[in-house]
Amino acid sequence: MDRIPILKLGPFLLVTIQVDMHDRLALILQEELTARIVTDGARGVLIDISSLDIVDSFIGRMLSNIAGMARILDADTVVVGMQPSVAITLVELGLSLPGIKTALNVDRGMDLLRMSLSSEDVAARGHDL
Amino acid sequence: MDTTFEIALRTQEDVVLVRQRTRSQAVAIGLSLVDQTKFVTAASELARNTVIHGGGGIARLEMIEAHPKRGIRLTFEDQGPGIRDIEQALRDGYTTGNGMGLGLGGARRLASEFTIDSKPGVGTIVVITQWTKQ
Repeated sequence: MDRIPILKLGPFLLVTIQVDMHDRLALILQEELTARIVTDGARGVLIDISSLDIVDSFIGRMLSNIAGMARILDADTVVVGMQPSVAITLVELGLSLPGIKTALNVDRGMDLLRMSLSSEDVAARGHDL
Repeated sequence: MDTTFEIALRTQEDVVLVRQRTRSQAVAIGLSLVDQTKFVTAASELARNTVIHGGGGIARLEMIEAHPKRGIRLTFEDQGPGIRDIEQALRDGYTTGNGMGLGLGGARRLASEFTIDSKPGVGTIVVITQWTKQ
């Protein structure tokens, strides 16, 4: 059975999608990622789609679902590495990926996750005082 | 130069196969990267429709020529339940499955030519074509 590996890096989970996913594989990833957020207590999820040649409405919906479920479980989601031709196609397809943060590459995506985590920590400390 | 492939569409894996074959032919006729991506995305949406809504069918991939342009044409054919209201099915957000309702309307926007013919109880044929710029 195909599987997409989910790596843990500190408080974050990292996923690099490197295969042309059929729909069931996309659903498995969605379920496994959601479960791992809970078991690992992850605060952020980074999904690298730089190897994806296309994002159709099914994959788009999977990305939106992951971001939505992660939010409810108190984790941020950043999608990184979208190819320009994929971005152009998504807009014409009518997919705006609501609720998804994006970054150009993994470095910037990690910065985004760290920033939102540290701003939450500052806010939490302020509350304690 | 007329080349035709037929791909049986029964499973989700067949949808992936249609995407891959379409991509390699789109590259072979020299479509731009953006046009390749749009056309393969449209192919993916329509192939999924054939499997999910049409109960399976076939995809026919053809290389065509209208000198000096070259083109790629995909025909999706099923003997499924058909679509009663095509205008409604083409509208964004309309869905009977669990997708986003962007498949048919999205595919129409992404390909340079799009035709659909559907009869309730008989089946559905959707044809999309993309031409090179010159």
